[in-house]
Amino acid sequence: MDQNKIKEEKTRWAQSDPGLAKAVPRHTDWGDPVEKLYTPADVSAQDYLEQLGFPGEHPFARGVYPSMYLGRPWTVRQYSGYDSPKDTNARFRYLLEQGQTGLSVAFDLPTQIGYDSDHPMSAGEVGKVGVPVDTLEDMEVIFEGLPLDKLSTSMTINAPSAIMLAMYVSIGKKQGLDPSVLRGTLQNDVLKEYTVRGTYIFPPQPSIRLVTDIFAYCSKSVPRFNTINVAGYHLREAGCSAVQEIAFSFSNAIAYIQAALDAGLGIDDFAPRISWIFNTNNKLFEEVAKYRAARRIWAELLRDRFGAKDPRSCMLRFHTQTSGASLTAQQPLNNVVRVAYQTLAAVLAGAQSIAACSYDEALSLPTEESVRTSLRTQQILHEETGVTDTIDPLGGSYYLEALTNQIYDRIKGLMDEVEKMGGAVAAIEKGFVQKEIERRSYDIQKQIEGGQFVVVGVNKYAIQEQEPEVLVESNPQAEQDQIERLQALKNRRSNDKVDGALAALKQTAHGDGALMPVIIEAVEAYASLGEICGVLREVFGEYQPVRTI
Amino acid sequence: MSKRIRVLAAKPGLDGHDRGIKVVCAGLKDAGMEVIYTGLRQTPEAIVAAALQEDVDVIALSTLSGAHNQHLPRVAQLLREKDAAHVLLVAGGIVPPKDRLSLREKGVKEIFGPGTTMTEIAEFIRNNVSLS
Repeated sequence: MDQNKIKEEKTRWAQSDPGLAKAVPRHTDWGDPVEKLYTPADVSAQDYLEQLGFPGEHPFARGVYPSMYLGRPWTVRQYSGYDSPKDTNARFRYLLEQGQTGLSVAFDLPTQIGYDSDHPMSAGEVGKVGVPVDTLEDMEVIFEGLPLDKLSTSMTINAPSAIMLAMYVSIGKKQGLDPSVLRGTLQNDVLKEYTVRGTYIFPPQPSIRLVTDIFAYCSKSVPRFNTINVAGYHLREAGCSAVQEIAFSFSNAIAYIQAALDAGLGIDDFAPRISWIFNTNNKLFEEVAKYRAARRIWAELLRDRFGAKDPRSCMLRFHTQTSGASLTAQQPLNNVVRVAYQTLAAVLAGAQSIAACSYDEALSLPTEESVRTSLRTQQILHEETGVTDTIDPLGGSYYLEALTNQIYDRIKGLMDEVEKMGGAVAAIEKGFVQKEIERRSYDIQKQIEGGQFVVVGVNKYAIQEQEPEVLVESNPQAEQDQIERLQALKNRRSNDKVDGALAALKQTAHGDGALMPVIIEAVEAYASLGEICGVLREVFGEYQPVRTI
Repeated sequence: MSKRIRVLAAKPGLDGHDRGIKVVCAGLKDAGMEVIYTGLRQTPEAIVAAALQEDVDVIALSTLSGAHNQHLPRVAQLLREKDAAHVLLVAGGIVPPKDRLSLREKGVKEIFGPGTTMTEIAEFIRNNVSLS
């Protein structure tokens, strides 16, 4: 193929039609211009075997497993939890009956921030954005009748990850299961909490200690658990670009890896269990390109910079949730369409696990009907569209390959910039990450208000509409009920045993010994999450956020 | 020379999603107001204390986690107790329609939902603030 001839012909063609010549240039999400047409000349420099290769083989650009969905479909894993452990258990069963294949637990804010339901800071927040968990007893109710050897469970918990893991292991034991059979994921990514999500507790150093403690414990005892779900999702929801989503989250991962290596772990001891949560947004081709580039960058980083020998260390295995921030309160049914397109992008990109937002995202927690529609979105894609009949079906598209190569360069460039600043923690302390995201989110808002960034139903094709009835309301009794349950449990348990366990925890936290064993002991004595985090707060202190505004 | 409107923006309670409130801060600054942002995890008591200390004309609260019925009326009540009911109290975020009426009755002057523009918020503040 004569690349120069193609380029000449393209130039001729571009000038051949006045409409074409006048067409307003389009740009990618990260600001590069998009060609009106892509040809083989745009990808002629690509080395297929080195840069793309085959699924399941370095650099994994086309997919992390050899057979991908032909061997096993992605896990259908909707984020869920509200009101009480009992209600959450019921919703989990409903989702499993309707075809969900993995669990994903949403905890309420007090739980995520290490406060018991009766703490003053918890007032008004118990059971609102997720399920309250004060003690092991609450987790027992959540998982009542759910066999942990037959399910994998993802837990969106960060600062208190070690405690949730301890509870999950305890439940497994009560079901007669050795921890080595348990499968699941802990989000456990505190660095993004500092910048975009806000459920931090402790300062960076002790937080990273907890992360590496979990790496070490799981590599010996719970080898089938993903010890971390490094997050790009929330960075993107906060307003960053696709390039920043990967570059900033990869920089966070490098900080965790370095800390684990400094703590004496071998790279292949823990890297195979690093997993990811990313955001699948509206621009379909750009999202697919993003994931392919991300897989390639990760594989090269682990093998070439960190010397990983185990191919599993180099595999970017990810869960993705479709973008909640892209959904509108206006004309909510439009969101069914947005979510369908975004889920399609996730499938075309080879995600291992998917959560599709529900169409009432901007209004309330999902109803049974709206979350069922989310399940059906995934099932229809899998069963009816044929897009899983082959692996990496968009591979070879001139547009996609050009985008993949371009975003690869952009991501690496930004990662280098963060590196020069001293890495992720330094970049956060300088406020760099936060300010980049703040700036971009403000620019987007101005573009929405100016009409350059179209949101259908909001700044274009808007209608006069009645606000819909909100169908899911939290139970106003939920908080009081939870507080009463906690009090009753405190009266029943052996408080001597709890005190002993908390004392051991305090001593270990002051030293540099392994924390998981003492946390497990405390959890099994029915010490509360708030009590355990209270001890750790005393020893580790509380994070003071960086002020950028 | 007319006095610039002073706004205290705050996140009451435990929710950590601050994209919206940060964008509102930037928008109000561009609209010529002085904006102080408290950051996350503020109690109603801390918010009102900061508002009085900074002598603001407006308090703008962001609420996304469903705790609005807990925190917002408390801020309004504290303002009344401190003889500061002239401070314009507004909120934004996710508040179901049926809760808005009762919150307005309790002293939240306006609640801005998804899709509101920064221009609308700035205009509402200009039209409803009482500058002492």
